[in-house]
Amino acid sequence: MPSAASQFNNDATRMVADLGHRQMVQQSLSGYQKTRSSNANRFQDWESARSRAAATKDEAIRHLDRYLEQFEEKLVARGAKVFWANDAMEARTYILDLARAKQARAIVKSKTMVSEEIHLNEALEKAGFQVVESDLGEFIVQLRHEPPYHIVFPAMHLTRGQISDLFQQKLGAEATTDPEALTMTARKALRQAYIAADMGITGANFAVAETGMISITENEGNARLTSALPKIHVVLLGIEKILPRLADLPLFLPMLATAGTGQQLTCYNSMVGGPRGADEIDGPEEMHVVLLDNGRTRLLADAEQRDALRCIRCGACLNVCPIFRNVGGHAYGTTYQGPIGSVITPHLRGLQSWQHLSQASSLCGACTETCPVKIDLHHHLLQNRRNAVAEKGSPFQQVGFKAFAFVVNRPGLFAFAVRAMKCFSPLQRLFNATPADPVWPWTKSRELPSFARKSFRDLWKQRTS
Amino acid sequence: MNARDSILARVREALRGGSSSSSFAKATKDEHVAESETQLVDGSSEVRQFLPKVPGDFAGQVALFAERSESLKTEFLSCADEAAARAQLKLLSDREGWESVAIPADSEIRALATEVSITKLEVSRSTLKTDLEKVSAGITGCDALIAQTGSVLLTAKSGGGRALSVLPVHHVVVATSSQLLPDLPAAFELLERKYAPNFPSFMTLITGPSRTGDIERVLVLGAHGPRKLTVILVGGEGAEK
Repeated sequence: MPSAASQFNNDATRMVADLGHRQMVQQSLSGYQKTRSSNANRFQDWESARSRAAATKDEAIRHLDRYLEQFEEKLVARGAKVFWANDAMEARTYILDLARAKQARAIVKSKTMVSEEIHLNEALEKAGFQVVESDLGEFIVQLRHEPPYHIVFPAMHLTRGQISDLFQQKLGAEATTDPEALTMTARKALRQAYIAADMGITGANFAVAETGMISITENEGNARLTSALPKIHVVLLGIEKILPRLADLPLFLPMLATAGTGQQLTCYNSMVGGPRGADEIDGPEEMHVVLLDNGRTRLLADAEQRDALRCIRCGACLNVCPIFRNVGGHAYGTTYQGPIGSVITPHLRGLQSWQHLSQASSLCGACTETCPVKIDLHHHLLQNRRNAVAEKGSPFQQVGFKAFAFVVNRPGLFAFAVRAMKCFSPLQRLFNATPADPVWPWTKSRELPSFARKSFRDLWKQRTS
Repeated sequence: MNARDSILARVREALRGGSSSSSFAKATKDEHVAESETQLVDGSSEVRQFLPKVPGDFAGQVALFAERSESLKTEFLSCADEAAARAQLKLLSDREGWESVAIPADSEIRALATEVSITKLEVSRSTLKTDLEKVSAGITGCDALIAQTGSVLLTAKSGGGRALSVLPVHHVVVATSSQLLPDLPAAFELLERKYAPNFPSFMTLITGPSRTGDIERVLVLGAHGPRKLTVILVGGEGAEK
């Protein structure tokens, strides 16, 4: 199997050459950008809201142990069961055992990226359970046996024509290019799944410690149905989802909607704090909440980067990222794509195997600027580069950076080096963009900028003399 | 050591490694946002200043709710009193050609739906989801309306359980003028005041009919939940406030 890095290089190279795909992604995101900025502008003070949200998340992270215990205590008091999972396997095993013990046949799921992270569907299907994704985008990529393309818009890369073909093939639907008709086909198919399912699995966007509730944000109503109809409700969430208080939601819900989908508020923001109450007429008989670590405490231990645990998975950093917009979501080969994925995947799955993602950045900082909880994303990419080299750099990197540091720390030597490079420049032109070119990896697809006639240092000298 | 203890031990161990030199909590410090928890706890008045502006008067809030409803594609009807609301429901039933409606076992909604002379399914523990799925509309009350976002706040208590407001294809909400709240912080204050510590197991903010943009980002209503949402505000028009 090729390494993740070479897989990424191959896929990224292929995708950037796919102009149709690039156009599709740009077009999909153009509407988002418009509504997002108009909704951020509705805020009286979006910038202060970001600071406040970041500070609230930091507070939750600083006392994560205490808040997790409080969250558990409150939920258990209302009859829910809480299971702690060190890693993906423990979480999968718990859910599989539960499904077996309850003799669940059909399982309906609403969108949860954590279940992608732990490969839950594969495990359940292998064990003979029928699993249906109910979020429309997730349903589509599930039918295609593909991972989600984007953490918020899973089927963003597909045209209506492709979706129509898929529905004809898999659901026996009529051909149509009307998104409404396609949506109604899925609605009809999934209604049956809800009615039949005896277990519903959802994620959570927030976990409120103070009251022991999860909060789910969605537009379609599928998470509501998933947590209302089946007799068992399983919630799968990472331990970083904690918010201290219920009163934090009026800030986080509109911020998530604005940053995530460019809406003022998503259609349904539901808080669930247990199975059906004694005086309630419906809802599941049992609620199981699975709290997953799976590398999150490793990220917490990195004081420099633990602000990445503030992430509310809104996907805004993907939407503005020039790399994401050109290579697309699948090239990353990760559960979490884009800048946030490039930052956290090395912590969750190993620095050496995933550090190449931190090279896939122009360091433009658009991600950091857009992040609603002010994660210092592009600096973390730099830190991951540094850490990877410090831990186990290639000989070229080890020697190269030492030599570079040696030269730039000596002004005379630096000036000489620049002049020498300038002399070599016409020589390079002879081989420009051929395999004999010493900078071929760059020039095979790009132009090498030519040296300025006068260096900055020359100009500065002229000015001051 | 069980997983719970080992996760908590790792969290504590990780937090012992200082955060002073990091960018962590930089936002806190840079912007002079309250670092101490006591200041963060009582923050809803502060949050209110960041969120979208809401008029202070009732008429302004009704107008804002109506404006938000329009952009969300929620049908917003306001009427003077309960008699007018009963007539409104009847009109709605005729216009939509309803064949049956589901209502909570709640005397207020039952009284409002008296003029709707079609089969009424009163939801209870024994209601089948297949039956509820087939009704033309579900009529519920709510806990509040929120002018800022055009949202309906309802709970398993006020909404006749979890399914009634999401399974039928059309959801009709009846609210009174005193239930109209200015903004999101007020909605959460209401929940705490009304229910804490015994919150209903399910509470939701409904902002427009169900929707999706998963196919080429084209907006389609009625993805899984109701395709139509109608909000009737009783006392919202012509009533003395």
